Amino acid sequence: MGLALTLLTLFVALAITWRVLGSYMAAIFDGRVHFLGAIERVIYRLLGTDPTHEQSWKRYASALVVFSGVSIAITYAILRLQGHLPLNPQRLGAVSPALSFNTAVSFATNTNWQNYAGETTMSYFSQVGGLMVQQFVSAAVGIAVAVALVRGFARRGATTIGNFWVDITRALLYLLAPLAFAAGIIFVAQGAVQTFGGPATIHDALNGVTQVIARGPAAFMEAIKQLGTNGGGFFNANSAMPFENPTGLTNWLSIYLVLAIPFALTYTFGKMVHSIRHGVALVSVMVLLFGVWASVTITAEHQNNPAVAAAGVHATVGNTEGKEVRIGDTSSALFAVASTQTSTGSADASYDSFTPLGGMGLMTGMMIGEVTPGGVGSGLYTLLVYAIIAVFIGGLMIGRTPEYLGKKIQAREVKLAGLASLVMPLVVLITTAVAVSTAAGRAGPLNAGPHGFSEILYAFTSQGNNNGSAFAGLSGNTPFYNITGALDMLIGRFAIMVPVLALAGSLASQGAVPESLGTFRTDTGMFAGLTIGVVLIIGGLTFFPAVALGPLVEQLTHARFF
Amino acid sequence: MTAISTSPTHSDHGVLNRRGLFDSAILRRAAVQALAKLDPRVQVRNPVMFVVLVGTVITFIEAVAHPSLFVWSITAWLFLTVLFANFAEAMAEGRGRAQADTLRRMRTETQARRRQPDGTEERVPAASLLKGDEVVCEAGDVIPSDGDVIEGIASVDESAITGESAPVIRESGGDRSAVTGGTTVLSDRIVVRITAERGHTFIDRMISLVEGANRQRTPNEIALTILLSVLTIIFLPVIVTLVPFAHFAHSAVSVVVLVALLVCLIPTTIGALLSAIGIAGMDRMVQRNVLAMSGRAVEAAGDVQTLLLDKTGTITLGNRMAAAFIPVGPYDESDVANIAQMASLADETPEGRSVVVLAKERFNLRARDDLDGAHFVEFSAHTRMSGMDIGSRSLRKGATESVKSWVVAQGGTVPANFDDVVQSVARAGSTPLAVADGASLVGVIELKDVVKEGIREKFEQMRHMGIRTVMITGDNPLTAAAIAQEAGVDDFLAEATPEAKMALIKQEQAGGKLVAMTGDGTNDAPALAQADVGVAMNTGTTAAKEAGNMVDLDSNPTKLIDVVEIGKQLLITRGSLTTFSIANDIAKYFAIIPALFISTYPQLRALNVMHLHSPQSAILSAVIFNALVIVALIPLALRGVRFRAASSTAILRRNVLIYGVGGVIVPFVGIKLIDLILVALHAY
Repeated sequence: MGLALTLLTLFVALAITWRVLGSYMAAIFDGRVHFLGAIERVIYRLLGTDPTHEQSWKRYASALVVFSGVSIAITYAILRLQGHLPLNPQRLGAVSPALSFNTAVSFATNTNWQNYAGETTMSYFSQVGGLMVQQFVSAAVGIAVAVALVRGFARRGATTIGNFWVDITRALLYLLAPLAFAAGIIFVAQGAVQTFGGPATIHDALNGVTQVIARGPAAFMEAIKQLGTNGGGFFNANSAMPFENPTGLTNWLSIYLVLAIPFALTYTFGKMVHSIRHGVALVSVMVLLFGVWASVTITAEHQNNPAVAAAGVHATVGNTEGKEVRIGDTSSALFAVASTQTSTGSADASYDSFTPLGGMGLMTGMMIGEVTPGGVGSGLYTLLVYAIIAVFIGGLMIGRTPEYLGKKIQAREVKLAGLASLVMPLVVLITTAVAVSTAAGRAGPLNAGPHGFSEILYAFTSQGNNNGSAFAGLSGNTPFYNITGALDMLIGRFAIMVPVLALAGSLASQGAVPESLGTFRTDTGMFAGLTIGVVLIIGGLTFFPAVALGPLVEQLTHARFF
Repeated sequence: MTAISTSPTHSDHGVLNRRGLFDSAILRRAAVQALAKLDPRVQVRNPVMFVVLVGTVITFIEAVAHPSLFVWSITAWLFLTVLFANFAEAMAEGRGRAQADTLRRMRTETQARRRQPDGTEERVPAASLLKGDEVVCEAGDVIPSDGDVIEGIASVDESAITGESAPVIRESGGDRSAVTGGTTVLSDRIVVRITAERGHTFIDRMISLVEGANRQRTPNEIALTILLSVLTIIFLPVIVTLVPFAHFAHSAVSVVVLVALLVCLIPTTIGALLSAIGIAGMDRMVQRNVLAMSGRAVEAAGDVQTLLLDKTGTITLGNRMAAAFIPVGPYDESDVANIAQMASLADETPEGRSVVVLAKERFNLRARDDLDGAHFVEFSAHTRMSGMDIGSRSLRKGATESVKSWVVAQGGTVPANFDDVVQSVARAGSTPLAVADGASLVGVIELKDVVKEGIREKFEQMRHMGIRTVMITGDNPLTAAAIAQEAGVDDFLAEATPEAKMALIKQEQAGGKLVAMTGDGTNDAPALAQADVGVAMNTGTTAAKEAGNMVDLDSNPTKLIDVVEIGKQLLITRGSLTTFSIANDIAKYFAIIPALFISTYPQLRALNVMHLHSPQSAILSAVIFNALVIVALIPLALRGVRFRAASSTAILRRNVLIYGVGGVIVPFVGIKLIDLILVALHAY
């Protein structure tokens, strides 16, 4: 499929999904979908929760933190004990404590940063019972937080923002499980492997060698990996591996799956606040920024590699180094942009081999906060945080106490939105600084100079944004990187979620100011533009010096941009 | 000022606004104050500028330890940045302080004649008066403190407070009983019961208000300060982490340059001007003779969505005017005019005079000399008629029902078309007055409310700003509807009672709207207190003035519209300068980042889009620009961003273009110019 056709079909498919899935998700979280009511009730009984009883933001947040804490503990235990657990045909031993901690945190925070190679480290039980379970529930947690914030906007003078247990249960039962199952069938049909049969040993008589071919239950994990914007693959090579991503169709499907829910949630938002136009304003922010980043990255990767030309090798069209020939330069670039801008982090090419500008595109795409369209749930709630700051500045500029959807944006809201937007740059810059100034950190990067710096910066940007994509070139499986990375992921996830939930509580408790001609319009192109400004300014101004010292210097070394 | 023709009592030049924006005395005092404000205890209240001060100290230490022209220049300009911010605030305060001085001079140490319980008087200093004391004031006396007249009636010169020289009448009882300390009795004798505690008189409050002595931050100002703190905190790690990043690149960055970069990036422009903008907003109210009791009230004015406006004096000129004579029965128009004129000759009310004027205009009827032996009948609330008895004739004009029954009582009959005429006049929004000659009903005078010129357009603007205007009137619904239609208000409350007014405010507020109103009577007090913005007329009662959160010294209800605009302007100025301040950062990065690392990575020269001369000149230019832009924007901060009544979308587009896009471009030009000057001076 040519690039133009890929883009066109994706656009059409996502546009349909936006409307259909968006309105379906609103129905799920408004409690209007019941087809699995019996299972739902059993789950509530097991959890001991009363589904009609809603929670204040504090209770909602505590439930979320407790749930995630338990998730991390269970996953950690599974990885440590995998030698004693079933479904371990390769008889793999315990995963080291630091790596187990990093991996448990990574999957519970929807990051899926992998300091290991799946096929040689994790038993089938660890992959399916540990990691894949987290891929489902961490996505549900992200969506729950977004829905809680949307309820904050939709409700008037309310003390509650929903029930966390109900929200994640419904997200899992009605949204993630059915969609992942359907997508998994397609992956299997296209030839992705799905077996508990253990690795295959093949003797190549012609060459006289014996090869061990890693196999496993990859296809269904692949579906939730993309759909839940997780990104952690069964195999080390991730989506570049034919067993995970066998055909052009699955490559297209992967891109579609990562973008489907994050984009559609803006429709859900519009629907739940009774103004689709507000959802349109947000989705246009996402689409516009995504479009710019995709164009730059695709164009950059379609350039010939100057290093190849300099080596006197016949230059191919496009930067093909580190890319699957069957996928090609532009499709890989599109996949990479979709994956990095959705906090997914899956990869069908080596990002380390991207041109400096292409790599910078991936890195800066994360630095602007994973909002274009961002991860499932996290993209919407982070963008709403930026939108609140845009509303505040814009509202002042028209001479009114700023309001968003009738909710006054005052000291408390600005404080919480400010806090939520502060966390990511703060934690990414500080962990990067710690890494470059300690011997343990400096031992990590493969390259010296600006590229080495980019490798470290990329790793912490990816983890701090709960993306999980790797630039490669960094030896991450060391106690230092495992632990700093885990902290990076934890802070980047929960230090944003908690203020966002507080924001939801604060907004829900307010009444609503009626709209008039003097109200700052938050459903217009002007507002979308202002929000883009805030996203770029917060991301751009905080990361400009770091980017200048890494990828920008590299790019300028080539002395040209395109 | 607005385009509305204001009432005759309005003054553009009260005592409070005699000074221009840059009075030299204020400038001198502000310069001194700017130094005094360097006190860290003062600085710490402004987080953005406090960071600059700390940075200045760091570069100063560096300059002493490793002196060079560059380091000293940076230190000097950082110090100036702090001073400029102090200067801006001092300028804003200085204007208020000058006004306070004028007020203090007024508060003379007068002697008061305190009346003892036994009726005798004793002379005591005004300052010793307590609440509840009774004092006697006669012609020529300065009223010693605020109070209510409990005996007598007097004309009082209130120019000391309002700047208006025409005396006003103050009398016991009713809505005109409040007097203000510092004003002078011109005639007659009154007894005043003091209502203000010592040191809490109106003038005391004015002084502390204009001085900003107990100025509290408003909700939006607090929220903005938080945002600015966030933008400051976010840049601290950006700068600090540059040290290890640079070290990793085998480069070194000097602490001076890092401080310079930090100061350039944090929102110093708005941080420096924020408090000046708030003070200046209060000041602009004072300039228009409105005393806002809190900054919160000024800010709320910008958010108002419903304006309750009294019909009389705000929407219409104070009085109704005779507009037509309509005959009934066998009479013609000139008969009506003739009898109406005679019945009104003794009527000194504006309405009565307007009848005489209309009769003259229409039928050239002049004052008569054949009125010997005429007996004038005064209007009374009981008869609701006035007129004259001359010879055997009794001429009357008055409320239609009263005149009708008077005619019937004398054995007359009511012409068939009389009720129709009365109805049609009322439907047109006018007030019908019946005219009778003895037992005969002659006709009807149409008294019309005259809507102020330009008010319709003003309401149109309000509508575009999303503000609903509601006319409050005691008229019947028919009349009210007609005037509402003519004036172009969105809604009206007819036959308004204080209770109905209160209910309306509560109903609007229940819908989440902010309501503003004006009032003067004691019965307005609860509504004034309930409204989000309650503007009490200075001529009003003490109760009204205490209930409202603003007092209009000109007692001009139309001012409410100005108040809303000032409130909006205050917020717009803050928002626009914040946008400008943040937008500036882009250019500063392009000046400083290449300068920082150009020695390690010469490739970064490509980012030096301004082609600044050298790393040092680039950094210094950015710092100088950052400091000078504060000074350049002081007039804007004090005057406020120009406000035009328009829809929110239009206002936003305009301000984003000027302060957002402009804020990106201006520093590129400014920094380049400063760099060129530095090079021309051979400084670098």
